[in-house]
Amino acid sequence: MKLSRRAFLGSSALAAGGALVIGFNLRGRFQSNHDFKPSENPFDAWIRVNPDNSTQVVFAQSEMGQGVYTALPMILADEAELDWNRIEIVQSDFSRGTGGSGSVMTNYLPLRRAGAAVRTVMITAAARRFGVPESDCVAQKGEVVVARTGQRAAYGDLVEAARKLPMPDPGHVKLKDAKDFNLIGRETPHLDAPAKCSGRACFGLDVRLPGMVYAVVARCPTFGGSPAHFGAAKALATPGVLQVFEIPAREKDVFTAGGIAVVAKTTWAAMQGRKALDITWNYGPHAGESTSGLSEQMRQLLNQPPMWSSESAGPDPDHVPAAARVETVYEFPFLSHACMEPLNVTMHVSDGKCEAWCPSQSAEWTRTAIANELGISEGSVAVHTTFMGGGFGRRFMADFQTEAAQIARHVASPVQLVWTREDDMTHDFYRPAGMRRMRGAVDSEGNIVAWTDFLANPSIAAQWHKDRKMDGSELPGKLIYSIPHIQTRYSLAKSGVPRGWWRSVENSFNGFAVESFVDELAHAAQQDPYLFRRRLLHLPPQPGDKPSPDEPPFEPERLIAVLDLATQKAGWGKPLGAHRGRGIACTAAYAYLAQVAEVTVERNNIRVDRLVTAVDCGQVVNPNGARSQLEGGMLFTLSSILKEAITIKDGAVEQQNFDDYSVLRMPEAPLVETWFVESHAAPHGLGEAAIGLTAPAVANAIFAARGKRLHKMPFWMDEART
Amino acid sequence: MPQFNLDINGRLHPVDADGDMPLLWVLRDLLHYTGTKYGCGIGMCGACTVHLNGQAVRACLTDVASAAGQKILTIEGLGQNGLHPVQKAWIAEQVPQCGYCQSGQIMSAAALLAAHPEPSDGEIDDAMAGNICRCATYVRIRKAIHRAAEEAHA
Repeated sequence: MKLSRRAFLGSSALAAGGALVIGFNLRGRFQSNHDFKPSENPFDAWIRVNPDNSTQVVFAQSEMGQGVYTALPMILADEAELDWNRIEIVQSDFSRGTGGSGSVMTNYLPLRRAGAAVRTVMITAAARRFGVPESDCVAQKGEVVVARTGQRAAYGDLVEAARKLPMPDPGHVKLKDAKDFNLIGRETPHLDAPAKCSGRACFGLDVRLPGMVYAVVARCPTFGGSPAHFGAAKALATPGVLQVFEIPAREKDVFTAGGIAVVAKTTWAAMQGRKALDITWNYGPHAGESTSGLSEQMRQLLNQPPMWSSESAGPDPDHVPAAARVETVYEFPFLSHACMEPLNVTMHVSDGKCEAWCPSQSAEWTRTAIANELGISEGSVAVHTTFMGGGFGRRFMADFQTEAAQIARHVASPVQLVWTREDDMTHDFYRPAGMRRMRGAVDSEGNIVAWTDFLANPSIAAQWHKDRKMDGSELPGKLIYSIPHIQTRYSLAKSGVPRGWWRSVENSFNGFAVESFVDELAHAAQQDPYLFRRRLLHLPPQPGDKPSPDEPPFEPERLIAVLDLATQKAGWGKPLGAHRGRGIACTAAYAYLAQVAEVTVERNNIRVDRLVTAVDCGQVVNPNGARSQLEGGMLFTLSSILKEAITIKDGAVEQQNFDDYSVLRMPEAPLVETWFVESHAAPHGLGEAAIGLTAPAVANAIFAARGKRLHKMPFWMDEART
Repeated sequence: MPQFNLDINGRLHPVDADGDMPLLWVLRDLLHYTGTKYGCGIGMCGACTVHLNGQAVRACLTDVASAAGQKILTIEGLGQNGLHPVQKAWIAEQVPQCGYCQSGQIMSAAALLAAHPEPSDGEIDDAMAGNICRCATYVRIRKAIHRAAEEAHA
């Protein structure tokens, strides 16, 4: 159940005399909080045990389909020994930025410690009440039981006493042994599934408030364009239209296009009013941009010295002695997020205050952007995070919230800004297009002895800082394979197309390039691609390779184990028949994963039959959710590599809707399998883990089936060699 | 403005609307049946699927004038007595991720099963090809449809 901020704070005020409230900051700072004052609450999330035994767990991330609405409370409830069937999940207003597959990974320990603090204080309270040593007490399902005497007390009955005890130091509370977990690692149904199957779940677009009105914005089709002049008369004469006014572009940080806002009594009327606008556009500085022009620009960049290159002490990797060399150019397009729920915000601005209902991956930035736009303090902005119909990185941005603020300040009643599908498709922050040239060499034993990777693209970072010094951060970090001579190179391409984070960010194209190219090198070495990788992973690291202090150490044996598991489950090496093939890829980005793809290629038709992924992500919190993320991640990627491309003509996106931006549909969905390595190691996130993996696995399978290497996404069998 | 009497989930709703206003926006903005979702507005994604006299239709392409006098069923009315078997199967197979498309998926699947109680994979492909899921829950949707079919015969 979802409570509004007011309802929740209202109930908490009533309960303030009696509830045990534990606030915990998900960045790791803990405090007990006996004197909880809602308006001064410094915490992101908290747990509340009430005298009537009801327990609320406040959930501080954004739920966009990745299952954290269930997984995070599971972690907390397990350590706290709450009764899972009796807890209520409350979405916090001030949710943290949710992305980077980080929710479970970063919250695992803080949530466990917070839960353990609850359990510990309840045990102390019970031990005192019954006059027994704490060691005789066991917490389970929201009560403390004294095994020796059979005495028991529910948490709700212990609240009053617990509130008077000093809170245990969360940094030193005893955490449960993994063998004692009763929720973590157990198949658990998603708590939001019933609401999402009955139409009751409230997404951003479903917010309905008394007297609310609706708005759409006419934006210039070209990036960087603006209205030269416009006529509103016909729009204002459209039934239901209430107001028409211009909103300026905001170029700093939020990157809004600006345009003409149409406010109406219904979404439909606003759309009709927009169609009736007479606008003359100034098409701006990028009106000449095209996809073919960008390709040509990137091709030229690859033929010139790089703008940035990595340090390389030894000989030029392109000229070290080798038994065989491979050179390849890969190309990939802009991609749209195309979340099922188009962007939207519902907002009410009055008396210098703003209340917003927003399907955002970052309520924090949403609040800042709104406050900046309205020129009011952040404390005057309340942001309610709703369920959201997909995110994939798009909802991290603060453009639509800024537009909503620009509109809401001119509208007396609450107003819902709705982006149509066409708006969403043509004014996205796209996964950057790019082109790269890889050169590699193998020796007679099948070692990779040299590797150069030269990427040219319009980067995401350059969108934020136009004069930013290049640092190669668009390229993969350290490779998982041990290669003596490596150099990475980068050149920035110019483009007016907005770029942003798209599920797994650069990994979506880096994973493809690296693991496709490793496959090309395996074939150049005349070795089985699985055994080739396996042997390379057994090699000692290069003398100069030092593990990064910021990242967990790479453990090659864990990657080898998932390679073995994936190939075993997929039947690697067993004959498949004509026109069919298997491809393999592996990665240590996000978690340890290996994937085998099985494809059939008849004439020019590529059909993916089966995808098998093996993963070691450390402790799995909810196997149900973890599998979902891998299944969905594989098919989300398959959609992008088989079907999706955003192309630019005359400075504007050519695709408008799902008729010309095709995505994967039911008949194209292959069998998918996920296999987990059992582990109690620190958990990794899986939301993006499969994204960099499916592209190369499928490309490698196509090569195995037909002997043809595809270099350009989306994949077409008759692609021209770049 | 013309008035229409809409029979939605067995209840009559009088609405004032232009006759060409899509049923989708009548449901969502005038009557607040927000379970029916907007995804594309051109009949390409299936998020707005409702039943008109038992047939799955796209509410974004159905104008209110043509829906008047017909029996309209939305996700809110699908399980009149508790959950519909398709909804139960969806929960049992843990289909939803973000969940936004699932109202439309469930309405398409319910219409399929009403016409073909034991659909083959090919029939499922045909009936569900018009419903996009960007989280790509297709594998579980297929399983859930088979489960709903089996449980209806159990």
